[in-house]
Amino acid sequence: MGDLHTVVGKPLPRVDAMSQTTGRLLYADDLTKPGMLIGRQLRSTQAHAIIVSIDTTGAEALPGVRAVITGSDLPIMYGILPVSQDETALAVGRVRHVGEPVAAVAADDAETAHRALELIQVVYEPLDEVVTIEDALDHTRPLIHGDSSGQNVHRSVALEFGEVEEGMVAASHVREDVFWFAGNTHAALETHCALADFDADHKLTLWSSTQVPHYLHRTLEKVLEIPAGRIRVIATPSGGGFGGKTDPFSHEVVAAKLSMLTGHPVKITLSREEVFYAHRGRHPVLMWIKTGFQSDGEITAMHFKSFLDGGAYGSYGIASLYYTGALQTTTYRIPNYRFEGVRVFTNKPPCGPKRGHGTPQPRFAVECQLDKAAEELGLSPIAIRKRNLVEPYTTTINHLRITTCALDECITKVAEASDFSKKHGQLPEGRGIGLAVGAYMSGAGLPIYWNDMPQSEVEVKVDRGGGVTVLSMAADVGQGSTTVLATVVAEVLGLKPDDLRMVTADTDLTPVDLGSYSSRVTFMAGNAALDAATKVRNRIVDAVAAKLEVATDDLVVADGQIAVRGDQSSGLAWPEAVRLAVAAAGPLIETGSYRAPDLAGPYKGAGVGISPAYSYSACIAQVACDAATGMVEVERVWIAHDIGKAINPLLVEGQIEGSVYMGLGEALLEEQAFRGGLHRGPSLLDYKIPTSLEMTPVETFLVESIDPEGPFGAKEVGQGPLLPVIPAIANAVYDALGLRIDEVPITPDKVIAATREKAKGRPGRFGPTAAPEFLFPTLTRVEAPQEFAAP
Amino acid sequence: MTDRALTIRVNDKTHRVLTADHRTLLELLREDLGMTGTKHGCQLGECGACTVLVDGNPVLSCLALAVQVEDRAVTTIEGLSTNGTPHRLQTAFAEAGAAQCGYCTPGMILSAAALLDEESQPSPRRIQEALAGNLCRCTGYNKILEAVGLAASQSTN
Repeated sequence: MGDLHTVVGKPLPRVDAMSQTTGRLLYADDLTKPGMLIGRQLRSTQAHAIIVSIDTTGAEALPGVRAVITGSDLPIMYGILPVSQDETALAVGRVRHVGEPVAAVAADDAETAHRALELIQVVYEPLDEVVTIEDALDHTRPLIHGDSSGQNVHRSVALEFGEVEEGMVAASHVREDVFWFAGNTHAALETHCALADFDADHKLTLWSSTQVPHYLHRTLEKVLEIPAGRIRVIATPSGGGFGGKTDPFSHEVVAAKLSMLTGHPVKITLSREEVFYAHRGRHPVLMWIKTGFQSDGEITAMHFKSFLDGGAYGSYGIASLYYTGALQTTTYRIPNYRFEGVRVFTNKPPCGPKRGHGTPQPRFAVECQLDKAAEELGLSPIAIRKRNLVEPYTTTINHLRITTCALDECITKVAEASDFSKKHGQLPEGRGIGLAVGAYMSGAGLPIYWNDMPQSEVEVKVDRGGGVTVLSMAADVGQGSTTVLATVVAEVLGLKPDDLRMVTADTDLTPVDLGSYSSRVTFMAGNAALDAATKVRNRIVDAVAAKLEVATDDLVVADGQIAVRGDQSSGLAWPEAVRLAVAAAGPLIETGSYRAPDLAGPYKGAGVGISPAYSYSACIAQVACDAATGMVEVERVWIAHDIGKAINPLLVEGQIEGSVYMGLGEALLEEQAFRGGLHRGPSLLDYKIPTSLEMTPVETFLVESIDPEGPFGAKEVGQGPLLPVIPAIANAVYDALGLRIDEVPITPDKVIAATREKAKGRPGRFGPTAAPEFLFPTLTRVEAPQEFAAP
Repeated sequence: MTDRALTIRVNDKTHRVLTADHRTLLELLREDLGMTGTKHGCQLGECGACTVLVDGNPVLSCLALAVQVEDRAVTTIEGLSTNGTPHRLQTAFAEAGAAQCGYCTPGMILSAAALLDEESQPSPRRIQEALAGNLCRCTGYNKILEAVGLAASQSTN
C-alpha cells in the first residue's frame, strides 16, 4: 500500500519550514496591536496563606497604569476537567502555592507594569504548608481545598479486574517493588503568551500560544460571561507545548479581562520563572507494584498502587491518576489486575499533563520490575517480555481494545541492531545495556467534556482558480500537524502539500478540533481531513466523468490533473476540473469529521486509556557509568516504533528523536525540585535540560503495521517513544554497575549512595522502600471482557 | 533614566533610535525596530534563543545593552538572506527537518552561521560544541547537526 502514494510516506520538509528558518513565523509574543498595553501578574510569595488584604491604590495611582484587578474581579471558578473546576484566575481568599497569581495590572509599558506590581501591598496570614505526599495524607494538616483539617486527597480509585488473589496464589514467583518518579516540567523554549483585544464592537479576540483553542474558548465564555459567539480564540504557532499549554491559564483570562476594562489590547507574556510556577507538568508518583510470575516468566497477576503528588489544583489530575493505572495492560497480557491510586493536593505548583501524561511513571516501574524478575527467573529481558506480549486484535482485562500491534517486531529489530544478547551481562564493568518497551494512545477515546459531537472536523474549500484551503482547528505545536493535514489532503487531490493554503486553530474560521493533546491530531484530524478531501475528490471526479462521458472509476486524480487512466492527453487541469464541479453542484466546499468509536468498558474511569489505536515502541540504551563519580553517560540508543504508517518519515523521526532526548533529560537530569513550596531553581541554568553535547546518537527503526482505522494506516508518535527510554536507561545502569536506582532522575548522588550500600554488603539499591499507609476505597470489581472468561 | 540617541547598524541598514541606556539589544530589536525574528526564552542568557551576530560573533542579545553595539555590525536572522535568496543554512534546516516548533531556530542558525564563517568544514564534534549554547527542546539536536553538516557540504569554499 505504501509504495502507491505520491506524497504520503515521503520525507518532505514542513510546509512552514522556510517561515521558521527565516524568522518570519509569528509567535504570540511577536504580535503587537496599536494601543497595546502590557499586562503582568503579581504572584504569591507564600505557599499556603489566607489573603488578609490587598491594597492596590499605590499601583492604580502610578502614571501609565491603566487597570489593576484582583480575585474579586474574576470570581468564577474554572478548570480543564468539568469534574475538577477548582481554580480562579486570580486568588480569591487564599493562596495555595508560591507563584499563584494574586493581582494583575495593565500599563503603558513593561517597566511601568513591573513597578506597579511592586506597589501592590498584600497582607498574608500564613497557614501550615503541605509539601509531601506524607504531609498530604496526614489528618492533622490543614485542608488546601476546604476549611478544616484532614487528608488532602483529591481523588482515589480502586479497581479489580479478574481475581488478583487467585492469580498471586497460582504464581510460582511473586515480586514486590517500590519506585519513585520525581516531578519534572515541560520547559518549552517559548514562554506562555496571550494577547487579548476586546474591540469597540465588544467582541473579544485572544491570540495565545495554547495547544487547546477549543477548550480555552469554553473557559473564556464561562469566566468572562461573554457568549462564545463573541469570543474568538486563535492559537498562534507554538514554540513548544508538550502538554504545558493545554490548561486554560490565568494569564489568558486576565489579559482578556484587562482588555475589557481598558478598551485596549493587552499582552501578557510569562517570564521563564513564571513558567516554572505555572507548571502543569509531570506528577511525582510513588508506585508500589506486586506481580506474580510463572517460572517461564508468564505474568499471572499484577497489583499496582500509585500515589500522585498533584500540587495545589486539579488541572488534568483526575485523568492523570487513572492514567497511572491504565496502560500497563497494553503491552503485556495481564489476566488479573488490581489498580489502586490516589492523587493528593500539596502547596506546590499544580501538576498536569506532560508528554506521556501519567504513563511514563508506571511504565518505568513495570519495565524495571520485569528486568528484576527476569534475572531471578534466569530469563533474558527479551524472553520475559516476549513471553507476555499482547496479541493484536485482543481486549485487555481492563477493557482496552488492542488492534494493530507490532511490538514483537520492534523488540526484535532493536535487539538485533544493538547486538543485545551478546552484550547484556557481558560488557566490561561500568558499561551496560538495557531494554524496555512501551505503548501509547493515538488520541484519548473521549473528549474532555462529555458530548456526542465529532472530535475533529476539517473543511476543504476550493477556489475557482484551483486554490485549495484546508481549515482545521488543530494547533501545530511543533509536531508538524499542519504539514500532516496538508499531506493527507494533497495525496487525495493529486496536489503537493505546499500548494495548499492551511488555516488553523481559529475558533471563528476553523471547524472544531479538540486540541493537540493525547497524540490525537494525526489520527483524528487526519481522518477528518481524509473525509473532507475525499468528498471534494468525488465531486471533481463526478463532474469530469460527466464531461468526458466516462465512468468515475476510469479517472485518475494526480499531478494536478484529472485524466482517464492510461491516457494522459485526455486530462483536464485541476483548475478546469474545479470549475466544472462548481458549475455542476455549487460552491466546492466540503467538510469531513471523525469521532472515535465508543470503546469505554463498564466501569467508572473506563474512559481513561481507551483509544482507537495504540502505538508501540521498543528501546535499547547503552550506557557508560562511573561508580566513583556516579556519572551516567548514554552512549547510544536504538529505538523501534510501530507507527502504523509514517505519513511523513522526516517528521516521524523528529518526534522519535525528540522523545528520546526528552526521556534522556528526565532519566538523568530533570527535576522540578522544591524547598518547602519554593522552587529550588526556576531557571534554565538550574533546571538542567540536555544541550547538544549531552544528546546521544539514536538509531531509529520505523515499523509499519498499517492500522485499519488510522489515516493511511497511521498511528501516533509524539509521545509513545518517550516511555521506554527512561527504564531502558535504568536497566542499562543495572547491567553496567549492578546497582538498582529505583528512582527517576538517576543522578550521581544516588548512584554513589547505592555503590556505598553495595560495598557494605547490602543490596546495591537506591529508592523508596515502602508505600505510604492509605485506606483506598472499597474495590470496585469489574466484569472481565469475554475473552478472559473461563473456557 | 535618560534616553540617548543611538545609531545602530542592523543587517547592513542604519537605524537612528532614541532609547534608554539600560535597554537590551534584544528589546531594541524586537520592540523598537519591530524585528521579531530574534526570540527570548529566558532573558538571562541561559538558552541562546536571543543569539544575534555582532561583527560576525554570536552574542546573547538579552545580555547585551543596545548602547554597546553602536558602531558595530549586527546581524539577525532577518539579515541572513541575500536579496531574497535564503542562506544555505536556512534551506538545509528546512530540508533536514531541523526545525519542529522553530523557536530555537533563528538563534541556532546564527550560531551555526558564525561557525561556518570561521570553519567551512567543521567536524561533527565541532558543530556540537558550537551549538551547545543554543537549547532546543523539540528535536534532540540530531537533525540540527545534520543540517549544519549539509550546509557545510554545500559550501563553495
